Amino acid sequence: MEEYMFLMHVYVFALAIFVGFELITKVPPTLHTPLMSGSNAISGITIVGAILSAGMEQFTISTILGLIAVAFAMINVVGGFLVTDRMLKMFKKK
Amino acid sequence: MKIAIEITYLVSSILFIFGIKFLGSPKTARKGNLYAAIGMFLAIAATLLDQQVLTFEWIIIGALIGSIAGLIMAVKTPMTGMPQMVGMLNGFGGGASILVALSEYFKKNPNYPVDTGMPFNLPVNEGVAIILSILIGGVTFTGSMIAFGKLQGIVTGKVVRYPLQHPLNALLVLAVVVAGVFVVIDPTMMNLVLAISVISLLLGVLLVLPIGGADMPVAISLLNSYSGIAGSMTGFVLGNNELIIAGALVGASGIILTNIMCKAMNRSLMNVVLGGWANAGSASSSTSSTSSPKGDVKSIDSEELAMLLDSVSSVIVVPGYGMAVGQAQHAVRDLVNLLEKKGVKVRFAIHPVAGRMPGHMNVLLAEAQVPYDKLLAMEDINDDFNNTDVVIVIGANDVVNPAARHDQNSPIFGMPILNVDYAKTVIINKRSMNAGYAGIDNELFFYPNALMYFGDSKDAMTKLVNEIKNL
Repeated sequence: MEEYMFLMHVYVFALAIFVGFELITKVPPTLHTPLMSGSNAISGITIVGAILSAGMEQFTISTILGLIAVAFAMINVVGGFLVTDRMLKMFKKK
Repeated sequence: MKIAIEITYLVSSILFIFGIKFLGSPKTARKGNLYAAIGMFLAIAATLLDQQVLTFEWIIIGALIGSIAGLIMAVKTPMTGMPQMVGMLNGFGGGASILVALSEYFKKNPNYPVDTGMPFNLPVNEGVAIILSILIGGVTFTGSMIAFGKLQGIVTGKVVRYPLQHPLNALLVLAVVVAGVFVVIDPTMMNLVLAISVISLLLGVLLVLPIGGADMPVAISLLNSYSGIAGSMTGFVLGNNELIIAGALVGASGIILTNIMCKAMNRSLMNVVLGGWANAGSASSSTSSTSSPKGDVKSIDSEELAMLLDSVSSVIVVPGYGMAVGQAQHAVRDLVNLLEKKGVKVRFAIHPVAGRMPGHMNVLLAEAQVPYDKLLAMEDINDDFNNTDVVIVIGANDVVNPAARHDQNSPIFGMPILNVDYAKTVIINKRSMNAGYAGIDNELFFYPNALMYFGDSKDAMTKLVNEIKNL
């Protein structure tokens, strides 16, 4: 069962890479900076792991690491989405 | 509840995918960003409902600190500082991954903090995922901080060399691999896990330090990709599909951008990562001094330039890093508006590696309210230089050096360039005659149709605008 789950994750990983390639080749060069800051925000998804670590019942070293990880990931989420929006607001056609 | 959480993760992943899809056009991009943000909100909400989450105070403290820091960064960073900000965000992504991986390692260890005497069984795939998460996350974290430092001017933007650079790095990677194998075989070796962490952090510094300032578009893109892959690896550690998907999307994005940047410089990724251009420069320095272009450089002042521009019908502006450094984007916009009022057709030609990150020039000009449809990519405008009256190059150098087309001894030979020399007249705004990043002379400055317009980009453009108004 363990091996099966792992294979499923590899499966998902491989397919997601292909989806990523398909989508991102279509992003025009003019949007490359917002694409990077936006993808920074999305990589803040590590917040999920950080929350699971910081929210444990017992306070251990894992909690401390989780706490810092929550802060790091949240910088990405909040900073990334907001700055991307700030940039995209400026892109106007004539 | 578990099923509901998983379904929320699925919905959130789909929102990420749509978010990136909508980023494919400036018209829908803002909506895309919003979709991704909603996806993130759902993922966080679902995780808070997980039965593993029992205490909230540490989560709230961390989230508050991170949110406030992120908010300040997002609001305060000027558009010229975007490369630094993206550099730093890459780092925090990697940092979160290494922290979560370490945290998971300690969590899974039944003999920590209290020795229970229970055996520590870590499945091979989880062990490998933890090691990779630590390695990639660690390299991304410190590497990005160095990249940030270089862009901010805290760390030297020059190519830094240190003795035994390549053997040392190879040895450190090997050490991580060997230590990793031992940890997977016997997960109780906590000291090795810590050693892997320290080496990974050190590797980030050593790998990014040699990369020069103008190679930063490649470095930033590559670190962007690493931060995504680190996230995916964390997904493998946790067995969470959403992390795997989101990380893979970001990883793919970074790899594509890295590839575009490398192609635009006609260099292999290896060459950039190993700090290659300085090699080429030093090797050919003896030959380049003999073959360096000789002749007269003609310069033009703002008054003459204003008169010249009074009688033209088409202008192409080529911005480079110098425009960003001088914060000249608003003055450039004023110039463009003024020329357009006179009926001149004005467009911008953007080289893919202009500036310090992909799309850097586009964001600066968008900030100055230049419509994005006036900004053309290299391949879309390169044939138009032939029938253009005046090209104004603002703070760009290597990307307009014609030596890239014909001089086989030039370190930049083969790099795709903007064919500005094909225009009737080329105006080059620069502060001085100093060589560009590649450290080579630009023969364009000696061409009969080239005129140097010396000065800081902002001052020079403001002066020019005033002269045109006074005509």
